[in-house]
Amino acid sequence: MIIDHPLLGPRDAAEFVCLGDASLIERPDGRADDALEKFYQYQFIRDNPDGVHRELWFHEYGDRSWLVVTRNTLTHEIYNVELAREVAREMGRGR
Amino acid sequence: MRYSAWTLFKEGISGNRGWKPMWREPDPKSEYDIVVVGAGHGMATGYYLAKEFGCRSVAVLEKGWLGSGNIGRNTTIVRSNYMLPENQPFYELSLKLWEGLEQALNFNVMVSQRGIINLCHSDPQRDAFARRGNAMRLSGADAELLDRDGVRRLCPFLNFENARFPITGGLWQKRGGTVRHDAVAWGYARAADDLGVDLVQNCEVTGFLISNGTCTGVETTRGTIKAKKVGVAVAGSSGRVMARAGMRLPIESHVLQAFVSEGLKPVLPGVLTFGAGHFYVSQSDKGGLVFGGDIDGYNSYAQRGNLPTVEDVCEGGMALMPMIGRARLLRIWGGLVDMSMDGSPFIDKTHIEGLYFNGGWNYGGFKATPASGYCFAHLIARDAPHPFAAGMRLDRFRRGAAIDEKGVGAQPNLH
Ligand SMILES: Cc1cc2nc3c(=O)[nH]c(=O)nc-3n(C[C@H](O)[C@H](O)[C@H](O)COP(=O)(O)OP(=O)(O)OC[C@H]3O[C@@H](n4cnc5c(N)ncnc54)[C@H](O)[C@@H]3O)c2cc1C
Repeated sequence: MIIDHPLLGPRDAAEFVCLGDASLIERPDGRADDALEKFYQYQFIRDNPDGVHRELWFHEYGDRSWLVVTRNTLTHEIYNVELAREVAREMGRGR
Repeated sequence: MRYSAWTLFKEGISGNRGWKPMWREPDPKSEYDIVVVGAGHGMATGYYLAKEFGCRSVAVLEKGWLGSGNIGRNTTIVRSNYMLPENQPFYELSLKLWEGLEQALNFNVMVSQRGIINLCHSDPQRDAFARRGNAMRLSGADAELLDRDGVRRLCPFLNFENARFPITGGLWQKRGGTVRHDAVAWGYARAADDLGVDLVQNCEVTGFLISNGTCTGVETTRGTIKAKKVGVAVAGSSGRVMARAGMRLPIESHVLQAFVSEGLKPVLPGVLTFGAGHFYVSQSDKGGLVFGGDIDGYNSYAQRGNLPTVEDVCEGGMALMPMIGRARLLRIWGGLVDMSMDGSPFIDKTHIEGLYFNGGWNYGGFKATPASGYCFAHLIARDAPHPFAAGMRLDRFRRGAAIDEKGVGAQPNLH
């Protein structure tokens, strides 16, 4: 697989490690009343779809940026690559 | 038809005209007491339901052909060298069942207890193996700690002088070994069929009949099938199948590749695993080196892997035994593995009445086939977990009771 890094251009997927579902960006509020249940779901439970999947990749042997890669788990085709930082900011996060 | 030396001889001299198909090809009935989805562990489950728990109306539904799943795609290693109390007695039960399986099924599944050696490459790793060996022996399994010379006597060809990863010893389980994977699927299918279990191939489950929190059957590509109880054991497809019952699981689907070299003269004494990278290898009876390593590391339902992993696995092999460097690879393939959040499996009821789940076998569920089938059948038939599978619950993360052999936490691609 080739990951088209937004800053560095096309890079071999072997330079990256995959952390899994991009919903891991949406860390729950630890002070909420239902924090225990939310963290359980956040940490352990996954959608695991066959088809389009948004996931976090870390450019470990590169510029060490986190990316959100939209990829097809049936064909391994990559549709979209974004900087995780920007995705998080769009969701209203500070960084 | 019972297989024996006599039937072989009789058929041999009479032109082999008397052999019968090993199982029927029934059309699915509209209703069964128990429907099991997936013909890997599910096939074993069907057999034990009929054999041990007296269930007479059982169907095993398989999307493809028998053996098309991981039961026919794995590297055939069986062992019981786990450490944690929720796992080890279960895998030791499985190894004991393997030891009697050929007699029980009247089928040659080629159980070969050629031994498995997990190599260690540092003093701390050897200490960890000593501890693991003790845990194994507490469960009644066998384990022997080898020093460097002990390993050298058995495997003189290993790269003992590797500057980065010298071999400091190994943990040897003599009763471990290999079993012919397809034959296991065939043997269980034949024995289950004999007991009246319907194996229905080319029958994909596309949905569940659920009303008022109770599962009453399945929708399939071959029509609706009603059932009092439904057990699902679909490995890498767990996520997409259970989603049809509205469930999300502590599981990710990944791809694991397997490799076979050209045939060589006998060189390996048994199964060997590299403790510094991830590489495990055995030699098939035809002479090919059968080996594997890490999963590819990203979610996949593609049943095929990518080249970086091929390179990584072969590098592991070269580091361990440089003598294989000129052997050519004949075949590579991939299978969908159900990686769980702690690396351990689930055999449990779901919150939906009448719906049972078996999965999360990671890359190591072939060795579990007999015990998994047995314990899943126990759970479905009796509505109570088998004592040896009692920790394999779906809600264990909620309770803080993860079964994490490696201690790496909730990241499936690290297990
Ligand atoms: C390359 C590789 C090497 C491995 N090596 C080893 C090893 O050396 N030792 C070891 O112990 N384990 C090993 N494993 C793991 C082991 O093979 C699996 O954990 C085990 O076989 C899983 O059993 P199962 O019955 O859950 O899955 P499977 O045997 O895959 O059975 C599940 C079945 O469900 C069917 N199915 C899926 N969806 C549906 C549906 N909707 N309707 C009907 N049927 C459906 C599938 O077609 C499949 O046949 C390896 C796995 C792989 C991929």
